[in-house]
Amino acid sequence: MSAALTDERRDVARRRPSVPRTRRRGRNRAFLYVLPAAAVYAAFSLWPALNTVYYSLHRWDGLNAAEWTGFDNYAEVFTDAELFGSILHSLVLVLFFAAAPITVGLLLTGLLMGRGTRGMTTFRVIYFLPQVVPLVAVGVTWRWIYAEDGVVNQALRAVGLDALTSPWLARHTTALIAIGLVGTWCMTGLCMMLFVSGAQKIDASLYEAAAMDGAGAFRRFTSVTLPGLRGEISVAAVITTIAALASFDLIYVTTGGGPENATTVPGLLVYRLAFSYGEVGGAAALAVVLTVLILAFVTAIRRLTREKE
Amino acid sequence: MKPRLPVLLARHAVLVVFAVVFLTPFAGIVLAAFQDGPGTGGFALPEHWTFDNFSAAWEQGRFGDLITSSLIIAVLVVPATIVLATLAGFGLAILRPAGHRRITGAFVAGLTLPTELVVIALYYNLDGIGLTNNYAGIALAEIALFLPFGVFWMHTHFGNVPREIVESGRIDGAGDLRVLKDLLLPISIPATTTLAVLFFVWAWNQFLIVLVLMQSPGRRTATAGLGYFVGEFSTDVPLLSAASLIVIAPVVVVYLIFQRSFVNGITQGAIKG
Repeated sequence: MSAALTDERRDVARRRPSVPRTRRRGRNRAFLYVLPAAAVYAAFSLWPALNTVYYSLHRWDGLNAAEWTGFDNYAEVFTDAELFGSILHSLVLVLFFAAAPITVGLLLTGLLMGRGTRGMTTFRVIYFLPQVVPLVAVGVTWRWIYAEDGVVNQALRAVGLDALTSPWLARHTTALIAIGLVGTWCMTGLCMMLFVSGAQKIDASLYEAAAMDGAGAFRRFTSVTLPGLRGEISVAAVITTIAALASFDLIYVTTGGGPENATTVPGLLVYRLAFSYGEVGGAAALAVVLTVLILAFVTAIRRLTREKE
Repeated sequence: MKPRLPVLLARHAVLVVFAVVFLTPFAGIVLAAFQDGPGTGGFALPEHWTFDNFSAAWEQGRFGDLITSSLIIAVLVVPATIVLATLAGFGLAILRPAGHRRITGAFVAGLTLPTELVVIALYYNLDGIGLTNNYAGIALAEIALFLPFGVFWMHTHFGNVPREIVESGRIDGAGDLRVLKDLLLPISIPATTTLAVLFFVWAWNQFLIVLVLMQSPGRRTATAGLGYFVGEFSTDVPLLSAASLIVIAPVVVVYLIFQRSFVNGITQGAIKG
């Protein structure tokens, strides 16, 4: 990175020889302000990230000499049922962590922004609360809610639906969905908060004009609020999608990837492969694939929601 | 033109139902934490209210040590990240060295890098220089993790400061540092408060980095300690609930006190991105 910087600096000096000497020296001094942050970020974030990419091309147990294996680890990510399954699970989680919260968040925003709604601040504080607490604690809480004698089953029994009760996190068919719903619970408040702050910036005269044209509350929401929230929806989709794909804490605490690998996600396998099974290269390859997947999603979301000019 | 009463009532009813859904898990663990005996596991008022679960969780989970660790890491991470982010944001937005756009871009790119990508090599890198199992190692990892948002946030903040403020300082002959210290910092208190609140909560909640980098049980953070506690006492619901409340309480208190700063950080920080 430092090489790129000096190159550019030389470029600028060459292109604009008329810059006064003092000004140029001031520009060099400006680097001193950026340097400490850049150094820490480069040393403890970018450099390890690049190292992980390097590890991904090797077979390495973390102790002995690493062996160059080219793209073998990547081939394994896509052919090994367990590894590839974890990627599929994380894609399912996107529906629950991103799509569902955005939908519910829009609904809540519509209700909160409606004329005559009282207690806006209180509702917002409550809806946002799950976003504040550590996901580890969220996981502990929901384990108990989904337990055999937990709240969900208690409620089912209370209305006479005993037949439907189930150990939700322990069953192959329901565990991933159950965890997904925890994600919905966590992320909805974040989406709502982004949307409400965006909706408050929409010009009130747009609503009046729409009302004048005879648009009802629902029409006003779809034709004024929704287009006005394009940027916020884009940001919410990016944040929540990253949270889904890179999830770790919640799964680690609730199911540990079980039952029978039904809820494994890349983050969990990266941790296990690297630090329990001594397959650092495989873990690194999975982490790189996860990163590429995230970048692909972020780029796609940005493209899809870009303002057409 | 106000909506009619039934519409208003229906709307509030829906909002209240959602509020109940969001609060039920919290209410559930509060009730369970005060339960005497093993508890039924379901949602029920305790027959006998007791604080025993809290003292038991505190002792068995060594939460005194864990909370001390969390606070040490927060003290190492929060001020340092704010100082670094403020200096960098000032440099990039006001002084604008050559290539400042590219450098800003490199910081912003960090917002999308998953921790999973960094943490594998970070462990071996830090192990090589004796910084695993060490507060400083975790602090450096978290500072690097939070800097992209911090730099971006301060860059945006300084970028929105009217140019005249800086120019007026220049005319008075103030150097860069004087401009930052005497003119810009006094009007940046809300921006840095927001960062302080966000960084504290993020540092408190961070799990993966601590899990990987800290092996000594007594020096884990409260959040990481809770992660292990679950494995050991997975069936004792009242004990786990009490432990969770101990870990949750500090961040909830900070959130409720600094609610406005916190929400500003999330909404404005995200939107400008």
